[in-house]
Amino acid sequence: MAQEQKQPRKSHEEDEPTDAAPAPADAVTERKEQLDEDIDAILEDIDDVLETNAEDFVKSFIQKGGQ
Amino acid sequence: MGTETEFGISVSGHPHANPMVASTRLVNAYATATLKARRARWDFEEESPLRDARGFDMSRDVADPSQLTDEDLGLANVILTNGARLYVDHAHPEYSTPECTNPMDIVIWDKAGEQIALDATRFAAVPGEGDLVLYKNNTDNKGASYGAHENYLVRRSTPFGDIVRHLTPFFVSRQVVCGAGRVGLGQDGHGDGFQISQRADYFEVEVGLETTLKRPIINTRDEPHADPEKYRRLHVIIGDANLAETSTYLKVGTAALVLSMIEDRFITADLSVSRPVASLKEVSHDPGLTHLLEVGDGRKMTAVQLQWEYFHLAERYLEERRGGDVDPPTKDVMKRWESVLTRLERDPFECADELDWVAKLKLLNSYRDRDGLAWSDAKLHLIDLQYADLRPEKGLYHRLLKLGRMKRLVSDSVVEEAMHEPPEDTRAYFRGRCLSKYADNIAAASWDSVIFDLPGHESLQRVPTIDPLRGSRAHVGALLDEHDTALGLFEALTAR
Repeated sequence: MAQEQKQPRKSHEEDEPTDAAPAPADAVTERKEQLDEDIDAILEDIDDVLETNAEDFVKSFIQKGGQ
Repeated sequence: MGTETEFGISVSGHPHANPMVASTRLVNAYATATLKARRARWDFEEESPLRDARGFDMSRDVADPSQLTDEDLGLANVILTNGARLYVDHAHPEYSTPECTNPMDIVIWDKAGEQIALDATRFAAVPGEGDLVLYKNNTDNKGASYGAHENYLVRRSTPFGDIVRHLTPFFVSRQVVCGAGRVGLGQDGHGDGFQISQRADYFEVEVGLETTLKRPIINTRDEPHADPEKYRRLHVIIGDANLAETSTYLKVGTAALVLSMIEDRFITADLSVSRPVASLKEVSHDPGLTHLLEVGDGRKMTAVQLQWEYFHLAERYLEERRGGDVDPPTKDVMKRWESVLTRLERDPFECADELDWVAKLKLLNSYRDRDGLAWSDAKLHLIDLQYADLRPEKGLYHRLLKLGRMKRLVSDSVVEEAMHEPPEDTRAYFRGRCLSKYADNIAAASWDSVIFDLPGHESLQRVPTIDPLRGSRAHVGALLDEHDTALGLFEALTAR
């Protein structure tokens, strides 16, 4: 999605005689990359603590009904 | 107001361990490790047939059945110095907060309860035995559900029909704010997908007395623990157990506001939702927040829009009935409620650092994106379950908190203090202070009394605490400070 939006914009910018405009697109890309890195880091942290063998673990969590 | 949390419990490495035995072991271990007095507050304290002189209790799991008395199972019950209660209910350990007057205090003493429960698992550790692990959730996704209840003091003069009429649509819609999120649809979780609420699929009727089967949206239990002429205690069983502080805060803060409006007969609009039980599930099964509810006056609106209706009513109520002279806690509830609804409407993921269901969904979606997982994948079910694990090193809510991904409303130090100290503005203050100061002379305590065993008195002396707002620090603080003995306190109290 972000890629699709970025492409036309860039070609439009290239047509401009001045090159003052590319900054916003780069900033968006940078922020998006930052965000992805953030999420990757979170998932890696969580990968480390997740119980191994998800299927058995989930299956063995059996509770009696309460209120 | 107050909350009760039934924790899910498992014994690691022993999936078939008896949960009642494990819960009893947990509560007894906390009592043994923390209570100063050795005398019986509840039977189990004096009668410890499995007490080992080496300093730990024999695990009930390994004890021969003949070593267990009936009293050992299901009756473990302690009142704590913070005014709370830790006990075994059915097959779960349960923590009830002390009585509080405002939602921020509920967050504080609710969080204190998580910490107490976590400490209890550590005290219960026995060499060679599986560790006890607690989950603050409401279902095992195999058909069993256990509760996270709220209690509100409501004026007896309020017609119960008004409560049912005006609170039901509120409860059907409020899950978009305070749902805890769940992977799996249906009571046994057989359907694939994510839903907003842990509890919604377990509700089967609109109004009723039961809490363990045929659960009702409005529970009619009438056990006020206060003067029944003046008050009823509205026992709310429909909420999810929350870890996110904003979820807990808004859950009780907005419900209390709506109840005030009902007490003051302010709500005249017909916001009744058609097919409330089915609608409750439809809202829960719609994390995109687009499902349209049919509201009594013929309009169709989303759950968020219905919450806005209540918000705007509350705004008008505060203006008209309180002349805009609104106490800061109420103002704060309004501010946060408005902020959350605004963002939910714009893009729910803007609430990912404040609301449980959104935080959980965002995490699940990240895993689905990265690993290409279907909703039926066991890993997603595991993430749902492990989100609620109380251990800071394993629980995923706690991991997100540690990574700065969840907003806090209260600090660790305030919560730490609340593990031992009661709120100062309710009768919990009297109960808690008596337990910490005169432990040797307290025979028992409950919500509406403290029972003293005093030198020179043949029988036990019961001090009733029937008014939830008396027994506060302002009321009895000086007396408690003044008297170093329970006898002195008792004589001063009865002389008044």
